[in-house]
Parts: sequence; C-alpha cells; structure tokens
Amino acid sequence: MKASAPPKTESFKLSMLLSDTRYRGTSLQVITFIIFVAVFFWLVDNTLKNLALLGKDVSFNFLFLRAGYDINQRLIPYTSDSTHGRAAFVGILNTLLVAFVGCFFATILGLFVGILRLSKNWLVAKLMSIYIEGFRNVPVLLWIVMIFALLTEFTPAPKAFKGADPQATMLLFDSIAVTNRGTYFPAPIFGEGSFWLLLSFILSILIVIFIKQYANKQKKETGKSLPTFWISILTIILPTLGLYFLIGKPISLEYPYLKGFNFKDGIHLRNSFLALTLALALYTSAFIAEIVRAGILAISKGQTEAAASLGLRPNKIMNLIILPQALRIIVPPLISNYLNLTKNSSLAIAVGYMDVRGTLGGITLNQTGRELESMLLLMGFYLCVSLLISSVINYYNRSFQIVVR
Amino acid sequence: MSKLAFVQKNKIPPSPAPISEVGIIGWLKQNLFSSWFNTLLTLLSIYFIFIILKDFIPWAWGGHWDTKSLRECLDLNPDVACFSVLTARWKQLLFGLYPAEEYWRPTVTFILLIFSIIPILFPKYFRFFWFSIIYPGLAIWLLWGGSIWGVGIVYIGFSLGVLLFILLLRNITRNMVIAGISSILFVILFFIFFSNYLVNILDIIIPISLPPVESLKMGGFTLSLIVGITGIVASFPIGILLALGRQSNLPIIKMICVGFIEFIRGVPLITLLFVASVLLNYFLPPGTNFDIVLRVIIMVTLFSAAYMAEVIRGGLAGLPLGQHEASASLGLTYWQSQRLVIMPQALKISIPGIVNTFIGLFKDTTLVSIISLRDPVGLASTIRADQTWNGIYWELYVAIGLMFFVVCFGMSQYSQYLERKLKTDK
Repeated sequence: MKASAPPKTESFKLSMLLSDTRYRGTSLQVITFIIFVAVFFWLVDNTLKNLALLGKDVSFNFLFLRAGYDINQRLIPYTSDSTHGRAAFVGILNTLLVAFVGCFFATILGLFVGILRLSKNWLVAKLMSIYIEGFRNVPVLLWIVMIFALLTEFTPAPKAFKGADPQATMLLFDSIAVTNRGTYFPAPIFGEGSFWLLLSFILSILIVIFIKQYANKQKKETGKSLPTFWISILTIILPTLGLYFLIGKPISLEYPYLKGFNFKDGIHLRNSFLALTLALALYTSAFIAEIVRAGILAISKGQTEAAASLGLRPNKIMNLIILPQALRIIVPPLISNYLNLTKNSSLAIAVGYMDVRGTLGGITLNQTGRELESMLLLMGFYLCVSLLISSVINYYNRSFQIVVR
Repeated sequence: MSKLAFVQKNKIPPSPAPISEVGIIGWLKQNLFSSWFNTLLTLLSIYFIFIILKDFIPWAWGGHWDTKSLRECLDLNPDVACFSVLTARWKQLLFGLYPAEEYWRPTVTFILLIFSIIPILFPKYFRFFWFSIIYPGLAIWLLWGGSIWGVGIVYIGFSLGVLLFILLLRNITRNMVIAGISSILFVILFFIFFSNYLVNILDIIIPISLPPVESLKMGGFTLSLIVGITGIVASFPIGILLALGRQSNLPIIKMICVGFIEFIRGVPLITLLFVASVLLNYFLPPGTNFDIVLRVIIMVTLFSAAYMAEVIRGGLAGLPLGQHEASASLGLTYWQSQRLVIMPQALKISIPGIVNTFIGLFKDTTLVSIISLRDPVGLASTIRADQTWNGIYWELYVAIGLMFFVVCFGMSQYSQYLERKLKTDK
C-alpha cells in the first residue's frame, strides 16, 4: 500500500499575509501600528505648525509667574501675588475638599435610602424609589444650578437678621445662619489643654479597638459574644468628657454674629461650595442606594434562611451573614461612584466655585493663553486621581475576593 | 343503648379568613402597620407627603398661564405658580434659536425618529428597517437644510460601494478581503473625484433644497436630542470594537484600546468638551475649522464609547470560556463566532449597563451649556437673566427636569422590558 503523499507545502504568497490565520494577526497589528504612529505624528506635526503660526512655544514656566487673581475660597494661604502653580494647588485642594465631603454625605444618604427601599413597608419603599428615580434621571448639572439658585435667591440677606424684630432668625439656638451669601457655622476654638483632650480621645479609641478585638477572640474561642456596644460608647465619651470639665472647657465655640451688613466669625461656607457639594451628594446617593440594594439582594435567600434555621436573630443575620457578603459586592462599584463624583465636581464652573478646573483650567488658562499646557496638566491631575482610585479597587478585589478552591 | 358515636356526614365549609388578614385591611396590616416601627415609618411618610402636597397642589393648580411677565403674576397672586414663562418661551426651550418659520423641520424630524426606532426596538416591525437606515441622512438634511443631494450623495456612494462588493464576490473573486478593499477604494475615489460633479448635476436636474440653518442656531431640547441620539447610535459599535480590542490577544491592538479607554474614563467629560472647543484647532491642519456641534458630538461619542466598552467587556468576561472554545471547535472564524455566539450572549448580559451608559450620555448633553451652546440648562439661565422673567425659578427648572426625566425614565423602563423579554432561563 502506498502511503499518501504528505500535503504539499504551499510556498509563501503575499496574499497569505491577509488570508492565512498564521500571519493575519501579525500583519493586522503591523498595519494598525503604522496607522497609529502616522496619525500620532500627523497630530504632533499639526500642533507644532499651529504653535509656530501663533508664535507660541510649549513651556510650563507660567506656573512660576504671579497669578494676579484672587480666589475667595481657599484652604491654604494664597493672595493675588502668589504664583499660578499655587493657584492650581489651591484649586486641587478645593476639588478634593468637595470630593471628600460629597462622598461622605453621599455614602450615608445612599446607605440610608438603599436600605429603606428594601423595607417591607410599602409606602416607604415607594417613596425611596421615587427619590432614586428622581435624582438618577435628571442631569446633575441641572441639580447643581437649581440648588445654587435656591440657596442664593430663596434665603434671607444678612440684613434681614437685623433689628429687634428680624425677618429671619438663626437656626439651632442662634448658631447657624443661612443667608444668601452663604451659611455661617460656629467655629471651634482650641484653647490651652486641648492637646490632653485629644490625647485622651485617641487613647479611648485605642482601648475600644482593644475591647473589640478581645470580644472577637472570645467569640471565636467560646462562641459567646460579649456586649461591647454600650461599653465602647461609654469608653469613648466618658473620660474625654470628664477631662473636658476637669481642665476647664479648653475647647469653645465661636459663634457667628451680625456686624454691619454681614456676619462675622464662625466658619463661612459659600453658597457655591454648598450647592455643588449638596447636589453631587444627592445625585450620587441615588446611585449608591441602588448599589446597596443590589448588593443586599444579590445574597441568595438561602443564606438568610440557613442563618435563621441556626437560630440567629434578624439583626444578627444582617450583621454576621448578609452584610459581610454584600459588602464584597457593594464596595467596588461604590468606589467607582466616588470617582464619578470627583469627576463631576469639575462642573463647579457652573456655580463659580474655584476648583482645579476653575483656577488652572479657567482663569490661568485665559490669562496666560497656555491652553495646551494647562489642559495637559488638568487632564494629568484627573488621570492620577482616577488611576489611584482604580488601583484601590483592584487592591480591594484582590484581598477580599472569595478564594475558589 | 344510647348512641354516643357522632359522625359528621357533610363537610363544614371553610370559614373565611380573618378580616385582619385579607382584603384592604389585611394588605394595610401587612405592608404598612406590621410593627410599631413600621407604623411609625408609615405615619412619618404620610406626614411628609402631606406637607409637600399641601403646598404643591394649590401652587400648581391655581398657576397662571397667560400673563406677560413675572411681575404681573406676582401682582395677581404671589402664592401660585407662574407657568406663563413656559407659555411664552416653550418654543425657545424646545428649538433654541431655530428660525420660527422652520419649526416644522425639527418637529417632523422627531416624529420620523419615532418611526425609525420602532423597527429597532420591536422586532415585530423589523421589515421597516430600511427606514431606519435612510433616517439619519433625512434628519441631517431636515435639520441643517441645504440641498438634499449633499446628503444623498453619501448614500449613493455607499450603495454603489456595496453593489460593487456584491458583484465582485459573485462574479470575479471569492476572496472577501480583496473584494472589500477594492470596493472601499472605489468609494474613496468616488467621493474624491466624482461626488462634487454629481451633486452639481443632480442639483440642476432635480433641485430639492431647504433654507440652510447653521449649528449655532440650534438649541433647546432639539440640541440635546441631536447630540444624545447621534452619540448613542455611534458609540455603540465603537464600544463593541473597543471591548473586542481590549479582549484581543494581539498585544499592540490591545494596548491601544486599553490606553484609549483608560484615558477617556480618567478625565471628566467637561475637559474633553473644552478640548473640543479650545484645543482641537491645534491638532488639525492650520486653517481647518469645523462645526462646533459636530465636534461636541464626536467628543461625547468617544466618551461614552469608552464607558460602553467597559460595560461590554464585563458582559464578555461573564461568558464561560467554553463558549469560545465550542464555537472555535465548530470551525467558526473569529468574526463568525463573535457575531453568532459570543456577542448575542454578552450583549444580553450587559443590557442594564448599556442602557445606563445611554442614559448617562443623554444627561451629559447638558454639559454643552458650559461651552456656551444653548441647551435647555443654558437657556434657563438666559431666560432667568431676562428682565421680564427675572426671578422665575421652580416653574422653569421643574419643566426642564421633567423633559429629561421622561426620556431617561422611558429608556430605563424599556431596558427592563428587554431584559424580561430576552430572559431564557427562569
């Protein structure tokens, strides 16, 4: 019997570069790469030509020049004589401030709404879904502009607080003044001896952590859970409170008061900041509520039933069985919502809050005419924040993922 | 002997359920007053609803619809709504600065829009899909005006290209790549050399044209819909390609896709819009200057394409590896297996995410007001700055919010319908 001849090896043809699966991938990549590089050089070439036409160069020296404009809300010392670089830094801090405060309130509100939406109470669940759908389906910019207009036009002017029979009164025992120029809060003043107070506070927190750990250890060894809740609260409050009166009230509140046509002292939060933070927090809280709800619903009913059949009470089921599993699902999208909030804070320009887009990407850009450099720096900043946050998510996922055997 | 035994001969009918467990009372007890805490919550909610409605109903019910200015409203009755601002300015809110005598054009465009999306949304009417293909060109012509052949030539060019492709495949070569490349070359040559002549000739033979309207005149809800819908339609295929690129095992393509997606997702849309309005001129050949609305549409599309890619990648990752292997072992090529096996399943899983991206994109169209285009939010500021309506507030914002709410809520409801319909497991 004659063995069948081995298949004829085809000689290489040019068309095989496109039709043969062995070469197609590589040739496709080469073509893509060439196109990519060509487009890149075309863009760079255009940019250089345009810059030359306008008589500009690329330089970041403007960051060290005098800025010459004022920023009314700042966390670090800044005057109009400071540099553009410092102005950008003030803006970055302002952005981060809005982001932190916004995330904080959005989380609290979102948890609250998300859990209430799961309530067995029909009316409450419906109200919460109206809240969620209402905030999610209307653009955040509209919320920002709306709340800003509400704060500036529907609140009394400072002079309305004047006189024996004023039109407007301060809230909470004359401590908070909501005016159309912003809201004034009492400011804490740290007198002598505050250090010891702080120390005792930190110490009590450490003690509480120790108590918790001890309780956990006991639970793991004996299965009995110790009552830690009231003990920890008392440990945190009592010593510090006692010391506070013992030293002689070192921390006092400085209340805002009316002087002339404006309020003096206290912490002054401008309406731009309040409107931006409030709108972002409300808007994001609707998304967080949905994440929380989805996370809790994702834990299968069998878990609840198994826990119940072990004899656990409903709140123990929630704390020991459902929440630890739900958190694993909730946390990654929660963090990416924080990122969204941070990026949305660039809408500050709509209400005139000086965030990094307002300083570096706004006034500095217009004054120096360095559009390219300013935008590059601005995008670099946002990219850094976003990469930082996504690496946090990745770290979380790596450390808390269920290990599949 | 007395009979002590007792046997029940007929069945006693079941007694009705206690009145506290069925009917309205039972429902109320189970859902609203099951415990003291729930009762408290219910009472609080009722009180809350009462407070809002107590002020809102008289305010909205007695509202003025036909005054000339806010001043007049306040003189009549300061405690009720002044909807006259909507009566006076609704055209502006809907159409921006579009010429008044041409209002029929956007109106017709959006009525036709409904007909063009029905074949896509409801498979029952898929036979009318040809209209969905014609619609984009028709919409562009209706909105921007000019000669119909300016848009028509694009359709003619591409139809000729497709025709050539089919003819080549049938009669000359069986190689898809060669046929494809030659028809693409033909289309490019057609647009470079012939299209201008052809447009001129057609204009003379069959002159159909509308008065042109420039982009800056467009505004209001029309602008939101133009940017939103174009963005949605264009970002979906780009998103799929990016997702495939990111999953691909060709390193260079993967790197480019990952870089693009991460960059776009890392920066706020507003910076991209600023790039479109300020920086884009740097990147293009000196002297180029193209339509601002088009630039915005491109940026919005790229932005949501990156998000779309991540959503679809999630869907792709959710498929078991066996699906890829099974389709490869059936002898399907890469594109066949993507088209027939992978994508239908991956897209089905990612419907909620895709629709969320669409909704996000539509809401993000309001950001164009920051680069001073006249979308509803921008127009609200313009109207409020006007002497006659200075100080108007709730009426305007609630109306704009409602417009967005209706569209976005409609989209999310449709996605839930689609999910139910495509559900194959229980």
